[in-house]
Amino acid sequence: MYDGGKIIAGLAVFVLLFTFPFWYNIGNAAYTRPKLELPKEAKECVEKTEWMRAEHMQLLNHWRDEVVREGHREYKSMVAGKTFNKSLTKTCMKCHDNKEKFCDRCHNSLAVKPYCWDCHVAPKGEK
Amino acid sequence: MKSSRRKFLQIAGLSALGWSICPSLLQASGHGGGEGGNGQGVRWAMAIDTRKLDDKLMEECVHACHSIHNVPKINSKQNIKWIWSAPFEKLFPGQMHKFLKEVPEEHTLALCNHCGNPSCVRVCPTKATFKRPDGIVMMDFHRCIGCRYCMAACPYGSRSFNFADPRRFLKEQNPDFPTRTKGVVEKCTFCAERLDEGKRPACVEAAKGAIYFGDLNDPHSEVRQVLKERYSIRRKPGLGTDPSVYYLI
Ligand code: SF4
Ligand code: SF4
Repeated sequence: MYDGGKIIAGLAVFVLLFTFPFWYNIGNAAYTRPKLELPKEAKECVEKTEWMRAEHMQLLNHWRDEVVREGHREYKSMVAGKTFNKSLTKTCMKCHDNKEKFCDRCHNSLAVKPYCWDCHVAPKGEK
Repeated sequence: MKSSRRKFLQIAGLSALGWSICPSLLQASGHGGGEGGNGQGVRWAMAIDTRKLDDKLMEECVHACHSIHNVPKINSKQNIKWIWSAPFEKLFPGQMHKFLKEVPEEHTLALCNHCGNPSCVRVCPTKATFKRPDGIVMMDFHRCIGCRYCMAACPYGSRSFNFADPRRFLKEQNPDFPTRTKGVVEKCTFCAERLDEGKRPACVEAAKGAIYFGDLNDPHSEVRQVLKERYSIRRKPGLGTDPSVYYLI
């Protein structure tokens, strides 16, 4: 074998770099789900909690298109049997009135930066 | 492949047949029209009574609109406006004569005309500007990429561009209406959000009867009634944009 040593050294460097994320995190605390402050008054959300956790971004995306482009403002819930106003500030944030302790905690821990708040005004004028 | 005159004529003939079978293809190049707006259904319109408006009332209209829609006041050329007061000679350049200056109300209100044939919609590459079936020329601020073609296309200067984050210039924010962000174009939306709730536009309410509002296609609507009684003009009608804002003289 020609240059066997170099090849093996190269491979070793490659494997080391490739697995860097794994051993870099050894010893770090495992990911814990952030504690969210839930609305005190409201009992139910527009949909089930699990569903909202996974789908709220799609839901909001649909809402915004339906409201702005089609003028459809009423959302019929699949579980609550009620109709809601499709509005981030008038519906969601009326219950979840603390963006920092609800939205931001999850988004920050997952390093997600939604740009909704560049335009939509958070309750109590939070940034 | 050898192309001959016979082949060319064959293809030309087939294409012509295609157009005749599916004439909608001919309109494929323009998305400015949209259904409704001109024919049946609702078409919202405004009639501004230039005799009833005075400076104070106009200021109130502007304030009503700009405060609920988080429109900032910026003291420079970068100012944002949805509705503003302007001299007749700016609004009706083709109709100006020197005696018109003698009328006491030299100014009147200007806003987006929600044109029936809006040039701004035609040029928007992302369809952020589009026409709703009820004739409202809407802005989808989520889609605007800030190319400003619409500003170049609008012959009425109805649009403003956000050169900076507008929040820096807002003393108070209305939490029920979003602000805009740097890099998007904005304009009056005929208060689409209020119409959908069954309310009238904010400026119409603030004008205390000096602005009429209603459905142009309904002969009994307030606008149609007043248009029947009074003489009215529109801004730059010769350009063919078919404005929905009428000025009662
Ligand atoms: S006034 Fe200008 S912005 Fe408004 S619909 Fe007409 S062309 Fe578009
Ligand atoms: S119709 Fe509404 S958005 Fe347009 S100028 Fe009047 S108040 Fe402003």
